[in-house]
Amino acid sequence: MRFDDWMLALHVLSAFSLVAGLILFWALIVVGRRIDTPQATLSLGPVARVGTATVGVGMVGTIVFGLWLAFSVRNYDIWDAWIIIALVLWFIGAALGRKTGEAFLEGPKKAMELQEAGQTGPNAELLELNRTSRGVLLQTLTSLVVLLIILDMIWKPWA
Amino acid sequence: MGLSVLAAIRPDSWNLPLLVHAFGAMLAVGGLVTAAASLALAKGEARLLRLGYFSLLAITLPGWIIMRIGAQWIFSKEGWDDLPDRLIPSWIGIGFMVADFGGLLLLASLIVGGIGIRRMRQGKGAGLLKATLVLAVVLLAACIVAVWAMAGKPG
Repeated sequence: MRFDDWMLALHVLSAFSLVAGLILFWALIVVGRRIDTPQATLSLGPVARVGTATVGVGMVGTIVFGLWLAFSVRNYDIWDAWIIIALVLWFIGAALGRKTGEAFLEGPKKAMELQEAGQTGPNAELLELNRTSRGVLLQTLTSLVVLLIILDMIWKPWA
Repeated sequence: MGLSVLAAIRPDSWNLPLLVHAFGAMLAVGGLVTAAASLALAKGEARLLRLGYFSLLAITLPGWIIMRIGAQWIFSKEGWDDLPDRLIPSWIGIGFMVADFGGLLLLASLIVGGIGIRRMRQGKGAGLLKATLVLAVVLLAACIVAVWAMAGKPG
């Protein structure tokens, strides 16, 4: 394998890491919709941190190895339309992902407050925060942006 | 065949099967990561143990089926099935080995985990779900090797 083949392999592995993190968060969103107690809300935290790490590795890896390939591979140029589209979508995805994370942190924050106040039973406001429709909308948009990047990477429009 | 040559010559008709293959593989890996994380970090909590098992059943299994269908589709589209086995490159061999033996391992993990979930509901402990975790981690490692082989195309 040449060096660029390794870079491509790492780029694709990073994309898998990113999508795996998104899928993990979708699973947590589905599970979280039925959670109304502080303890159960906070118990999802360690799994969510794995999701944050895999998304982080995926985001950094896709951009770093992707940029390397854009400059290194003979047939690619950084100003190719499909590469510019991917870069723009990557930045949109990063911004949406950050907003999604903020929306879904409201539940655990509330759970901490309730636990510190000694309220361990079911709480309607906590359930509402765990079911945040804004968060679901942002996660849907983030997932769509990632799907668009994958379509762009495969079809390479105007290449 | 070098990366730049491959990128330049892939016909448009290969894109859909490639998308199906990659989409299925991403679903499968996402389900495995979710399952492994949930089962490893559950500390006996039933909700996370169930999340781990049902991630394998509802995400990884359909993803694996889509990935395998896409694999056969792209294999045929690229004309590999017209060649004798000795001319099939090693990266395809790695992919098929992981897809087929991994599929059997996935089925084994689902059966073991299903029994584990049943026993957990009966209050008999979640020991079998630890075996499911081990199988999920092994599958995840195999998938990482397969993705590396598919993308880097060694040999």
